[in-house]
Amino acid sequence: MTGNNLVLNLKKRPGSPRSIFGLLMTFLSGLCLFLTIIPLFLVLALVLIKGGSHLGPHLFTQLPPPPGLAEGGLGNAILGTIIVVLIAVAIAVPIGVLAAVYLSEFSGDNKIAKVVRFCTNVLSGVPSIIAGIFAYGLIIESKIVGFSALAAGVALAVLMLPTIIKTTDEALKIVPQDVRWAAFGVGAYNYQTVLKIVLPAAIPAILTGITLAIARAAGETAPMIFTALNSNFWPDGITKPISTLAVSVYNFATVPYEAQNQLAWAGSLILVFLVLLTSVLARLATRQKTY
Amino acid sequence: MQESNPVLKAENVNIFYGTYRAVRDVYLDIPKNKITAFIGPSGCGKSTILRCFNRLNDLIESFRVTGVVSYHGANLYGKDIDPIEVRKRIGMVFQKPNPFPKSIYDNVAYGARVNGYQGNLDELVEQSLRRAALWDEVKDKLQASGFSLSGGQQQRLCIARTVAAQPEVVLMDEPCSALDPISTVKVEELMRELKQNYTIIIVTHNMQQATRVADYTAFFNAEVTQEKGGKIGYLAEFNDTEVIFSNPKEQVTQDYVSGRFG
Repeated sequence: MTGNNLVLNLKKRPGSPRSIFGLLMTFLSGLCLFLTIIPLFLVLALVLIKGGSHLGPHLFTQLPPPPGLAEGGLGNAILGTIIVVLIAVAIAVPIGVLAAVYLSEFSGDNKIAKVVRFCTNVLSGVPSIIAGIFAYGLIIESKIVGFSALAAGVALAVLMLPTIIKTTDEALKIVPQDVRWAAFGVGAYNYQTVLKIVLPAAIPAILTGITLAIARAAGETAPMIFTALNSNFWPDGITKPISTLAVSVYNFATVPYEAQNQLAWAGSLILVFLVLLTSVLARLATRQKTY
Repeated sequence: MQESNPVLKAENVNIFYGTYRAVRDVYLDIPKNKITAFIGPSGCGKSTILRCFNRLNDLIESFRVTGVVSYHGANLYGKDIDPIEVRKRIGMVFQKPNPFPKSIYDNVAYGARVNGYQGNLDELVEQSLRRAALWDEVKDKLQASGFSLSGGQQQRLCIARTVAAQPEVVLMDEPCSALDPISTVKVEELMRELKQNYTIIIVTHNMQQATRVADYTAFFNAEVTQEKGGKIGYLAEFNDTEVIFSNPKEQVTQDYVSGRFG
């Protein structure tokens, strides 16, 4: 080697402007990440501290106490929330999944599909209270049934539909075209291809969409006030007013009784963890994804 | 080459995508229980022609074909022809292995199931996997996912799946292009086995492969035209594989098989 100035310098240079800038940007994005997750942990911590001390089996088994008395639980609200969400799922899942199957498998991206996709996007931006008013006008004002679990289920179904349609549509699109061709190649009809090959392959992703939709819907309060109203008693069929967690929290938090306030905190805790649980379940479902 | 009783026949076939003519004026006879190879440069319409024979092109929106494609004398594009029935008899193996997201067993059984197969499914699955030279490798894990196999095994699984649907003709669209040399040898051996019972058409970019397996070879070429799209595929020469590779009649075939273009 002649002349030392030709020797390559491969050493790190921590003081150079590029290294400093890189370090700064890494720090900034790390900070923003931290700021993003702080609210979640603050919320969890708050409901845990305020509501955790009132946790106990009585919460799940007893009715709320009359004003002025202590003790009691939220059993009717928990059961009511589950009933309303199940009704919403029973309405929204078949409609949403089949609509998405049409969009992805049978529409050939025609005009109808474009319009439906656009409308789905618009619907997902509709405020939840509008969904409540819609269900109120459609079902309660027209005297089909009164304030009831059924009406609340319809309102939540409207809120769940866009999420289910969009995630299912995406999930079906991910299934490679090759596989459809292979099914046609051995002489399968279109419906056989969709039912036996495409839908099963997409099921994990579809389940995620459904659980995300449930998680969103379960915590809705505004449309519940319009439709489910409230009840201090155990659910009495799906055509009567019904108590839900979200509305119970809203009611009990605003009354001047200590026992009720405590129940509101406990209700928040249960609601948050129900939603968290569904999200975790959604994650588990997508772990074994096909494509 | 004269074949008195071809299985598949293309007469004056033109293929369009929208207004763009992709392939022109193809006349072709596919003889029974032989392997016919389609070779030619990219974009000359080999795969397009291949997919005409089992109406898989129907799934492409703008596709249109003129002329006559016939199977034992029946016009495949006749008004009363059910494409599903066509695809049952004329099976297809694709370029990339594309097993269904199901167990090995269900992959093979799928075609038979959708076609309402009445016989013993277990036997059919075993027999098809044996034909595809895959049985010994998978017989102890038939319930494992098709995805758990290697690429070469997956492709043989796809061949078993096609065979299990009990077709008469098997179309293969570059079946070895995603495989390593050892798997390729296995698939080629398999093709020579299969031609006892099936008529095979294979599209290949690999000229050595054509000389190794094919009885007949069709050389497709693309020419520049004034039409929309600027390029159009046509059948340049069709003959015994030996003739195509050693003594072709057309200069352009000679140039292609000796590696001067393509």
